[in-house]
Amino acid sequence: MTTLNTPPTGARANTPAGHSPKPETFTAVRTDQVADLQVIDKKVDANGLPILGATPGLSSRYVGMSGSQILMKMLAEHGVTDAFGYPGGAILPTFDALYDANINFVLVRHEQGAGHMADGYARATGKPGVVIVTSGPGATNTVTPLATAYMDSIPIIVFSGQVRTYLIGNDAFQEADVTGIVRPVTKRAYLVKSVKDLPRIINEAFIVATTGRPGPVLVDLPVDVTTNKIEEPVDDTPYLPGYKPRVLGHSKMTRAAADAINASRRPVLYVGGGAVLANAWKEVRELADKANLPCTTTLLGLGAFDERNPRSLHMLGMHGSAYANYAVQESDLLIAVGARFDDRVTGNLKFFAPKAKIIHIDIDPSSISKNVKVDVPVVGDARLCLQDIIQHVQHVERKEWFAQIDAWKKKFPFIYRDDTANIKPQAIIEAINKATEGKAIFATGVGQHQMWAAQFIRWSQPRSMISSGGLGTMGYGVPAAIGAQVGRPGELVIDIDGDASFIMFPQELATAAEYNIPVKIAIINNNFQGMVKQWQELFYKGRLSYTKMTNPDFAKLAEGFGVKGLRCERKEDLHRIVDEMIAHPGPCVVDFLCEKDEHVYPMVASGKALHEMELGVVGQGAQEPTLHPNAARELGTLA
Amino acid sequence: MRHVISALVMNEPGVLAHVAGMFSARGFNIDSLVVGRTEDPALSRMTIIVNADERILEQVRKQLTKIVTVVRVRDYKDLPFVERDLALIKVATPPGKRTEVLELVNIFRGRVVDVGPSTLMVEISGEEEKIDAFVEQLRPYGIKELARTGVIAMPRGNSTISLSDDDTGSRREGLARPQRSSGLDKREPTQAELEATPPG
Repeated sequence: MTTLNTPPTGARANTPAGHSPKPETFTAVRTDQVADLQVIDKKVDANGLPILGATPGLSSRYVGMSGSQILMKMLAEHGVTDAFGYPGGAILPTFDALYDANINFVLVRHEQGAGHMADGYARATGKPGVVIVTSGPGATNTVTPLATAYMDSIPIIVFSGQVRTYLIGNDAFQEADVTGIVRPVTKRAYLVKSVKDLPRIINEAFIVATTGRPGPVLVDLPVDVTTNKIEEPVDDTPYLPGYKPRVLGHSKMTRAAADAINASRRPVLYVGGGAVLANAWKEVRELADKANLPCTTTLLGLGAFDERNPRSLHMLGMHGSAYANYAVQESDLLIAVGARFDDRVTGNLKFFAPKAKIIHIDIDPSSISKNVKVDVPVVGDARLCLQDIIQHVQHVERKEWFAQIDAWKKKFPFIYRDDTANIKPQAIIEAINKATEGKAIFATGVGQHQMWAAQFIRWSQPRSMISSGGLGTMGYGVPAAIGAQVGRPGELVIDIDGDASFIMFPQELATAAEYNIPVKIAIINNNFQGMVKQWQELFYKGRLSYTKMTNPDFAKLAEGFGVKGLRCERKEDLHRIVDEMIAHPGPCVVDFLCEKDEHVYPMVASGKALHEMELGVVGQGAQEPTLHPNAARELGTLA
Repeated sequence: MRHVISALVMNEPGVLAHVAGMFSARGFNIDSLVVGRTEDPALSRMTIIVNADERILEQVRKQLTKIVTVVRVRDYKDLPFVERDLALIKVATPPGKRTEVLELVNIFRGRVVDVGPSTLMVEISGEEEKIDAFVEQLRPYGIKELARTGVIAMPRGNSTISLSDDDTGSRREGLARPQRSSGLDKREPTQAELEATPPG
């Protein structure tokens, strides 16, 4: 079963006057089908790379078409059904062609929103997100989304307008050296100089964005490239002589990895976002089950391994679980799958996993031995490499190791004390987790709420965590949730946001209202930049320098946009309002006012090793009366 | 340790900026970077001198390879190779010192390419160290101007670093290269073309 082919919500660009018909009432469907999200099968070569371009050689299929018509034709051929963007002078020829195209186009309110929507769309569906914006400021507004996508290896393709080729370099109106600006944050940036190059470049853009280690690509389209017609046959075969991502792992290395796993007494499987990008969640689970491995995930890896599985160690790293961090530090073998040993994961590198031999499975050779010296490098697609390794692993009992892990789990679960009159932020997330059973797509902003979401939602579905990990882009939540919802209509999408993150990018509520994109936005509101406040309290003597937020009434703000707005201040209303939010058929914003003086624990302070984390309330152990029922239930399943 | 890296890159605008940007963004120090044409008009060769330990060298190599427009990367670590640097030096020749300078030029196998009333311009090529030594010898006379090309290098014997020595097997090998429009077409549009398109 795949949800990719379901007709999308939102407007058809070719409906009369380009206006959006409001879709019929929306029902929030929670589905278990996410795990079955399939990759669209494409013709591939021996190394597993897609073969694009009909046949090598000159083709007359584009003769007589203008650049913008070619773009629309080729977007359809590449399976693009949805796109996000904003018009403007230099991209008008493309928007004129878009008027007739069979593409579900979402008009945003700011180009940065379009970029994050495409990013959320790509994370939720596995398909590349497409953005169409104008030159100059339109294109520069996509820099933050490009950098966000680049850090997290998300395939998005930005088509930006550009001034006419003969004006380039003349400081023309709305001109900017966009390829020059975005080069460090894209996998490849193209300036198309002639319409004859366009078919080949579009094919290359899709290959580069979606294969190997995925990433964003920008294609800059001067006005005359989109208006000029192709007059003679052209070759659209991609020409990428320097681009050969290794897809199949070396059999010697996969065998060495399997041998190391079989010989290990205290292994830990450490799964990152790459496992999600490679659609390798089934293989991750199979490896953990077959070889009997405890499994921890990074922030972006959440959902790649079902956390209800007793082998799960939940998230690791700076705000990861104590048991995951202890296990990594005590392990004799760390098996990294599509993870890149980020500083937020490793803590002080000098003391990271000191007893462990390291296996690193990654498609990007430059990730291997970048931060941590790797003993068994396996370069290739995580899914294919794991399939290979699984064949050679055996079940090993490891009783002592699991007993040790279970003891840590019992002693240091994620907990908080429900001991203030105000609602605890963790309680809000637990309530959402309970109401959804974790079966929703969650987007987040960046900060405390993001970490609590990672800790208190029981992640079980792949492609359900939509969060800016590497770049940490505040304001990402709202547009990313909208993008995810466009990609997976009919499913429940909840943005767990912070008050500061939300107010950094709220204007896309207008987009959600216009197209009736039924995202739910839960603002965990402490009227502070909570994470910065936490650092100021821990490391800057509590001098709260510019972290207090004077916020508007978020519910009223939402109502002003034509989006349902709710407010929750009292503990006794919490579950009712969460249910009301989820049951609402359209977009909905809830302002959950919460306790402000709450810190995220555990916490590995910078410069400290993973096992030196501050445990805070987590270290005080579980006390039955103050332990939240959910956490207690969790403990029960672990026992 | 000093390493010589040779990178074959696509001959396209922006590639040099990309490579240079990668070096600065990742904090790698380069001693010299030379770009020039190759036997293949579609490709340029960069010769890069890096002072780094093995681990950094490995990262430099991998990060270079990661750039899509970089076609092939090789470091001359375990390879016998020839390297050359070329310098033009304008040196002052105070009265009575000209013969001394000419003697030095001969010892270092340089060549005088221009003579001024009180200066000589010398061309010298060879390994970096030899040129450094020559420059030190000339310094007391007064160096008016100095220009160096930076190092280029090539492996000895049959081994080559080119598109055709592909060991991994490019699936597009043997394929005709696309005819690309190089450089911007700065032609003014005709009136008809202008009228056919909206302003912007």
